[in-house]
Amino acid sequence: MQHRPLILKLLSAFLVFGAWEIAGRVPVSYAFPTFFESMDALLRLTLDGTMFKAYAETLKPLVTGVAISAVLGIGLGLWIGLSARFDWLFSPIFIVMQAAPLAALIPLLVMAYGIGLTSKVFVVCIMAMPVIVLNTSSAVRNTPVSLKEMGRSFLATDRDTLLKIVIPAASPVIFSGLRLGISAGFIGAILAELKITPTGVGDIISYSRSIADYPSMYAAIFSIILLAVLFLNLLEKFENYLFEGNNRGYVSD
Amino acid sequence: MSQIKPPHDAAVPVSSPESAVSVRNVSKSYGPVEALKNLSLEFPRGELTSLLGPSGCGKTTLLKIIAGLLPADAGDIEVNGKRVTGPGSDRAFVFQDFALLPWASVIRNVAFGLELRGVAKSEREAIAEKYIGNVGLSGFEKAYPHELSGGMRQRVGLARALAVDSQVLLLDEPFSAVDEQNRRKFQEDLLELVRHENKTFIFVTHSIEEAVYVSDQIAILLPRPSRVSEIIRPTSFRNKDVENIRRDPEYLDIVDEIWASLRTYTE
Repeated sequence: MQHRPLILKLLSAFLVFGAWEIAGRVPVSYAFPTFFESMDALLRLTLDGTMFKAYAETLKPLVTGVAISAVLGIGLGLWIGLSARFDWLFSPIFIVMQAAPLAALIPLLVMAYGIGLTSKVFVVCIMAMPVIVLNTSSAVRNTPVSLKEMGRSFLATDRDTLLKIVIPAASPVIFSGLRLGISAGFIGAILAELKITPTGVGDIISYSRSIADYPSMYAAIFSIILLAVLFLNLLEKFENYLFEGNNRGYVSD
Repeated sequence: MSQIKPPHDAAVPVSSPESAVSVRNVSKSYGPVEALKNLSLEFPRGELTSLLGPSGCGKTTLLKIIAGLLPADAGDIEVNGKRVTGPGSDRAFVFQDFALLPWASVIRNVAFGLELRGVAKSEREAIAEKYIGNVGLSGFEKAYPHELSGGMRQRVGLARALAVDSQVLLLDEPFSAVDEQNRRKFQEDLLELVRHENKTFIFVTHSIEEAVYVSDQIAILLPRPSRVSEIIRPTSFRNKDVENIRRDPEYLDIVDEIWASLRTYTE
């Protein structure tokens, strides 16, 4: 497994946050707080419990949506990858879904499902699912022929072939789809809270903006990015645990 | 209806007992391209037979048909007197590109054939360990394929095929992705294996020297459509030391002779 040296990681963080601090001090805009102001606001919001209450709200559609997208997305992706007829039937839906301007569709969703949790879960799913489905199906379709042949020659049943050859062989691409899908799901969750009803983290963002408390607004945005990164790291740990030999050092660590 | 006689076992042609695999009148086309036409060949039990020929002569196609991985358009394959209809436990395949599971350790790869046959984990790992030792990879049980060299990966592929204890081993250009030094070592080890394992080996190669070096019988295939043009059985050097084979006059003569008949087929 490849590790980036700690010093490089710290340097990279230092560069980004330093640039942020300088840009805030110049300032590039009245509405752009410095890094330290934002961190100060983040600490304040965390300590008085606002952040926890907000996340309790935000995580509901996020976790539900991501879980549905992951399970259903991988399932559909496997099916699409294995069956040409199913591919013909379902692939276009997800390709269209991926290209659709989501913000424009939100009013339709609200009309159909109201302003509650259902609509928000839908938004997360629309963001997260297509890339998971499309990655999974193309990974399954591209299982190395020689591995499938090897399975057949050693008398693998269809079930064995799927579980012991096709899925593990597809796993790097499935997991990269999951990473992309889950990041998109985070965007979807915040978008839903900004566009449908202001709750949770979306509420902090839009409320702080309306009272010009920009440090709090950026603190909320920063926290969601941080959570997304942590979650993606966790996912990668899980992948390495499942398919150790596939790991030749990927993205983050 | 009463006219029909009961079938007599004696009337059914029985393959000769010394022949482990019989190929009879096999044809195979890919669309308009005839890969094999009416090809017949016997593979003697306990010996190594090479299928040698220029690229595109259908030797890999023939091997995959014997393996049951490809259906033949016409003709019959018999392995130990049983007609081949698909892959079977009587044959094991060694792949040109190794076909190892990159996410599985060496021991799991070697035991994979047994795993698919439902052998219990402790039992199959004991068997796998034995064959990992036999191919000279002891100590690498926990390594992953990407940590091994090409030659070592093919040793894993060979151990996997040996572990299922099939009577017939099918090797599809197993050393073509292995560097020259390792290939020579591998060829010596293969001779050793043929002598001790008492299995029938069918070996596809495009290297004349390799075929003559390792084979008890060499079938020369000529392309478009593929047919057996010649069968050569080296006699004098088969029981000599591995070091002396390449110096044997018969070895050199056969290599020359095969080259003379194949040179017209070079592109």
